[in-house]
Amino acid sequence: MPDVRLVNVTKRFGKIVAVNNVSLHVYDKEYFSLLGPSGCGKTTLLRLIAGLIQPDEGEIYIGDRLVNDVPPEDRDIGFVFQTFALFPHMNSWDNVIYGPRVKGFDMEKASTIGHEVLEMVRLHERLDAFPNELSGGMMQRIAVARALAAGAKLLLLDEPLGQLDAKVRNELRYEIRRMAKDLELTAIHVTHDQAEAMAISDRIAVMKKGKILQVGTPRELYMKPKNIFVAHFIGESNFLEGYVSKVTSKGTVIELRGGVKVQTTNKDMKIGERIVLAVRPETFILEKDIAKKGENAISGVIERVTFEGTNIRYEVRLENQDLIVVVKPSLTEEWFNTGEKVIVKFPPEKAHLFTYPERGLREEIASE
Amino acid sequence: MPQSRITEALDKLSSKKAVKYSVYLTAVVVFFALIFLPPLLGIIIKWGAIQEVLNQQDIMERALNAIKNSFLIALFVAAVDVVAGIPMAWLITRGKSKWLSVLDTLSDIPFIVPTAALGYSLLLFWSEPGGISELFGGSLVSPGWVLVVLLHFTFSYPVVVRVVVGALLDYKMEYEQASRTLGAPPLMAARTVTLSIIKPSLIAAFILAFARSISETGATMMVAGLAFENGPVFIHNMKTEYLETSPAIYEGSTAFASFILIAISCLIFGIIRGFGPRLKMPIRRVWPSFERKLSYSKASFTRNSVTLLIFFAIVLIPSLFVALPALQAVFTETLPNALSGSGIWGEYWQSLMLSYFLGALVTILNVIIGLPMAIIIARRKFGALPSAVLDLLVNIPLIVPSIALGVSLRFFWKETLVFVPELLLLVFAHLAITYPYLVRAMSAAVERISLDLEEASRTLGAKPLGVFRTIIFPLTKYSLFSGAIMVFTRSVSETGATLAVTTLKTAPVVLVDWVKQKMQGVPLELDIGLGCGFLLLFSFIILLALRLIVKGEGRY
Repeated sequence: MPDVRLVNVTKRFGKIVAVNNVSLHVYDKEYFSLLGPSGCGKTTLLRLIAGLIQPDEGEIYIGDRLVNDVPPEDRDIGFVFQTFALFPHMNSWDNVIYGPRVKGFDMEKASTIGHEVLEMVRLHERLDAFPNELSGGMMQRIAVARALAAGAKLLLLDEPLGQLDAKVRNELRYEIRRMAKDLELTAIHVTHDQAEAMAISDRIAVMKKGKILQVGTPRELYMKPKNIFVAHFIGESNFLEGYVSKVTSKGTVIELRGGVKVQTTNKDMKIGERIVLAVRPETFILEKDIAKKGENAISGVIERVTFEGTNIRYEVRLENQDLIVVVKPSLTEEWFNTGEKVIVKFPPEKAHLFTYPERGLREEIASE
Repeated sequence: MPQSRITEALDKLSSKKAVKYSVYLTAVVVFFALIFLPPLLGIIIKWGAIQEVLNQQDIMERALNAIKNSFLIALFVAAVDVVAGIPMAWLITRGKSKWLSVLDTLSDIPFIVPTAALGYSLLLFWSEPGGISELFGGSLVSPGWVLVVLLHFTFSYPVVVRVVVGALLDYKMEYEQASRTLGAPPLMAARTVTLSIIKPSLIAAFILAFARSISETGATMMVAGLAFENGPVFIHNMKTEYLETSPAIYEGSTAFASFILIAISCLIFGIIRGFGPRLKMPIRRVWPSFERKLSYSKASFTRNSVTLLIFFAIVLIPSLFVALPALQAVFTETLPNALSGSGIWGEYWQSLMLSYFLGALVTILNVIIGLPMAIIIARRKFGALPSAVLDLLVNIPLIVPSIALGVSLRFFWKETLVFVPELLLLVFAHLAITYPYLVRAMSAAVERISLDLEEASRTLGAKPLGVFRTIIFPLTKYSLFSGAIMVFTRSVSETGATLAVTTLKTAPVVLVDWVKQKMQGVPLELDIGLGCGFLLLFSFIILLALRLIVKGEGRY
């Protein structure tokens, strides 16, 4: 059964290192996502696994087989392209049974498989339509059906939902996952949309500039980001800059800009180290009673209020002039108004502490 | 600036509907009056003469036989060219070696060599002593139909390669990759997906190769020998045999042959245009194990080797073989003779001047009358149907043998304007033959520009001429240049129409004469070689200069 292993894989295009010494293990029957901003090398990595391009260094295994020199048609994969790449000169049905046919199945068997996969994507109408006569959603289903019909146990999806409307996209993403799980496939899904990756993946690899920064379940990535980029890219984070002023048995005391002191539970920092504190917008607590200070309480003024439906988003100017974003559920919490003075708090254990990046914070969270 | 005031005034003028449409209308009228109708009417005028030769059995037999040869060779050569051109185009676009860009450039060379020089070059290579024949003792391929086939294959080959390379470059690789991930080995993926998708380009390549073969006159005359005749050679032979002795036979036979050539060419073109798109590639059947065997290294190595062998041995080296005597001539007294213009060389230099003057003039005129037509076709200015009809009609000079076009053009102008100057006739003929090249290149380029850009420019306040100046022209100038270069090269290479309409001699005509006269001892082989060499050299320099001016993505 196909697990996929990459060992120290590097791929260069001229001087650009698209994939830089990447090692990765995708387990059998796992729904795995490669997530990152455009140009991070995620599509290149997928194409390396598919055999559409060859690595300059490193080894790629599908199952127990080293596939570096195996052409794509012999890797037993299904590949769904971002543009779908439905053959424009064949109708939907011929597209779907292309795989079984080129693999030499007889017509009867090919059409049995064809009907099975079309049943699965729930698209049995319009089989004689040519790709340019189909809607985006239908093309996507046909593209998935075509990839499945080839009988592969490894499904590779390159931004399969990228070209669809938001509504259709949200519908189809669960459907693809359901099919992969029903058929017990290993799926590797490339996307730049973190919400999509979080929603459907068993595990996610976050990539930037050809490297994998962190691999983990959606929950791990959100709750325990290993670096600033992941904290920024997965969900949303407020970054506050400061220095470690004290290390105690309880954790670390941080002095933020403007002399504001806060407490975290992190323990592996040295005194005097320059750090970045990351706090999720929903972690902050807002209080109207400005007299009632306490642990990790910073005073500030509401600068802007945006109603987003489910949530309300506040931009708060802290007393040290840092600007932070606080998100609160719109139904359950009390509301604040622009110009209102507030106290902002956060629990020490919910803040993440990172060493200040050498190239600067802005550069570190930049996508490219 | 006064200049900007002029453009401003013109811009304003162009937003008047009446002005805009009269420009378009003029372009259409000029097309019909100068390009389309004269050849058609020329034949109708001579309808009587045709009927007089219909009962001349020997001439009719000769004519029909020649015409049959023309079409058989054209169909055969076009098919072989496409089959041989695809692997070459594949190698150029898909290969990984850095030498491939050199190969790419080399594959264009036979296109740059004027066909008359090419004809002589092939003649030297295949059948004269001193060429490849020496290795085999005597003449390997004597002049005749085999040599004609070789010649036509050679000069159509670069056209086919160029068209297929273009199609493969435009082609979205994802289709083929999808096919591979679904389990098809490379050859099967190419056959069932790639070639099927670029089928329109393959058909276009076939039509171009066919048209070139059916039209070519000068070089064919050089290699045809004494016994072989195809349509153009027959027409020319009729002229030399009967123009003085029996004008009625000359008129009747040439009008007849021209009519049949034009009619069948149009018919074949119509059939290919009509049925080509419906022609299905055999993609339903697959042979997995067999095609797999043919896909991988050994087979593809063999394929590439054969492709390169064909290219070098049949196309490139024979095309350039004329450089040998040309170089030899440089170190003999032939060069000073030539440069001083003594003897036969006086006529040569005159003809060369005429060729390039004509080429330049025709190019300029074509840009003026062809541009509005290209826009009419691309933007459907007179509605969808008229544009489609115009699009079809514009192509006709391309597919009709140029000598036939010339014959009927001459009939028409000689009957309507008795004192028409020979030079004007020559200009008309070259204009008609080269017109499609510019219009096609430009209309395709304009069509590629999204209408949104034009509309955006209009909403920002540009007048129609302003839109052309600021949007259409900058975005299509490479295509305009490439169209212009094609017009120029075609005009300089043209022999058939020139022979048919006038006694004025352009450079290729002089070279054909020289080759024909060589039997009598003057000119010498070195003279002809040097004559071809100069033609090649100057054409090459002009093209290179134009390319440097255009410098960019433009390919011809």
